[in-house]
Amino acid sequence: MTAPVVEAIGITKVLGSGAGEVQALKGVSLAVRGGELALLMGPSGSGKTTLLSVLGCMLTPTSGTVLVGGRATEGADAEGLARLRRDAVGFIFQTYHLFPTLNAADNVRLALDIRDERGEAAVAKARAALAQVGLADKVRSYPGELSSGEQQRVAIARAIVADAPAILADEPTAALDGQNGRAIMTLLSAIARDRSRGVLVVTHDARLLPFADRVIHLEDGRIVREEESRASDR
Amino acid sequence: MPLILKLAFRNLIHDRLRFTATVIGIVFSMVLVTVQMGLYLGFRRTVTTMIDHAAADLWIVPQGTKCFEDPSLLAARQQYRARAFNGVVDARPVVIGFADWRLPAGGTTPVIVIGTDVRSQGLRPWNLVEGRLEALATPNAIAVDRSYLGQLGVAGLGAAAEIRRQRVRVAAITDGIRSFATTPYVFMDVEEARAHMGIPASEATYILVRLAPGSDAETVRRGLLATMSDVEVLTPAEFRDRSRSFWLFNTGAGAALFGGALLGMIVGTVIVAQTLYSATKERLIEFATLRAIGSSSRYIYGVIICQALISAVIGFAIAALIDAGIVRLTAATVLPIIITPPLTLALFLLALAMGVLSALAAIVQVTRVDPVMVFAR
Repeated sequence: MTAPVVEAIGITKVLGSGAGEVQALKGVSLAVRGGELALLMGPSGSGKTTLLSVLGCMLTPTSGTVLVGGRATEGADAEGLARLRRDAVGFIFQTYHLFPTLNAADNVRLALDIRDERGEAAVAKARAALAQVGLADKVRSYPGELSSGEQQRVAIARAIVADAPAILADEPTAALDGQNGRAIMTLLSAIARDRSRGVLVVTHDARLLPFADRVIHLEDGRIVREEESRASDR
Repeated sequence: MPLILKLAFRNLIHDRLRFTATVIGIVFSMVLVTVQMGLYLGFRRTVTTMIDHAAADLWIVPQGTKCFEDPSLLAARQQYRARAFNGVVDARPVVIGFADWRLPAGGTTPVIVIGTDVRSQGLRPWNLVEGRLEALATPNAIAVDRSYLGQLGVAGLGAAAEIRRQRVRVAAITDGIRSFATTPYVFMDVEEARAHMGIPASEATYILVRLAPGSDAETVRRGLLATMSDVEVLTPAEFRDRSRSFWLFNTGAGAALFGGALLGMIVGTVIVAQTLYSATKERLIEFATLRAIGSSSRYIYGVIICQALISAVIGFAIAALIDAGIVRLTAATVLPIIITPPLTLALFLLALAMGVLSALAAIVQVTRVDPVMVFAR
């Protein structure tokens, strides 16, 4: 059993204030371990994105503890949280969020640049990450010149290039057709074979179940069920 | 090229129309600031041109003299006291006054008459392009600058005219001796000048003192002041400062120049700030993404500041080319625009400072960006 790359212990999160106050998370505990691809599923409004934001150090929990790469987020200010994200988290977004003015290689290199990794070594790492996601021949292509699936691959390359232990993906296949969606999940499964990395995917899409080692069901801010998947036999 | 610079540059040129408008705004701003500052330098130089070209180590001036063109008078006999002073080689009177020059077509125009002892070194016209200096010692002889010939209505060397209804004759022509106002300088012998302007022989405007080599100006100055009354004794540097101070700050000319420059700076800063603000607002999701993937605030501020500095450098470079043309065009005018290397450096630094300052609004905006917005559907 590998150590958790990201772990939540009894976290609650209250959003808004006064009459608009909503308790989005109600005592959630979970851990994503290295070598694991976990799906976080649940209906709209169940708190999936809030949980992903808390696990990804974008939001601090109202109570409870979050450990990312073994480091607690407690007491960290905005810069401290950004440092944790930089050191330990790779994000993949539903709408990719690539920089349209930079080519694929530079989009990936940006994740290294913000970590002060520059020069030829950074260029080589970015190219290697793109090669890993099957885009070795698209390094000079701009997002506008790439298909949706290719853009998401660039986003995955950006997430993995700095060797972050926790890869958090928010509906990574929602904007893709079935074929591209499967290709992306195959890629994420491959990434999760590395035992130093764990992947947590937020999704509505039941077609992704075959790719998961574990499925976590969230409803109304609580984990209501966890199940091991066949993929865990791999 | 560093990636942060590439990102900043690409962000800027992504919307070429807006970038062009920004650069044009900066160019106009920088040209305005440069012209104002160049005018200031030109003005500084022009208002002291007579002091700069006088062969004087000390100026004896009437008490309270404000500038070179100040027509106050002192007792001319003090030149003899000065000459007798140990360490003084020579002391010569200069008279200055405004007079009416009768135009051939009728009417008059004011001129500043400078009466000087043309046989001594004192304050003689320089850059003679026609005629001889010695000719000024002859009756009614004058020297004028060729740039004023048209304004004075005279054809050139040998032309006759009238100052205060007394005949004068152009005996020498200079090049580049211009006053910062439109009033032409007219050089003539000191005695002739007195006669033309009705100044008695017992009075003079200034006494120009030349010191013997090795004499201490401060010692001579103290000695002269001890023996004279109602005068001040100034070094050329002090007289220059006084003249500049008077014309720049007592007349409001300096306020106008600096006010124009300040306006240029404000306009430039506001234009760049507005552009950066709207460009940042438009790309807020990209800054949120940077923040979400772990970028420090410093890195994000760096992108914005790079955008501002790129705009400033490009704007400055274009403005510098325009300024070079303006300098060339104004070189022979009444008030040339002078741009020195230190001024260029100062303006470049100013452009960078304006850029950084203008980035503040965008930085404040991006400071508030919530990385969670990357999850917005």
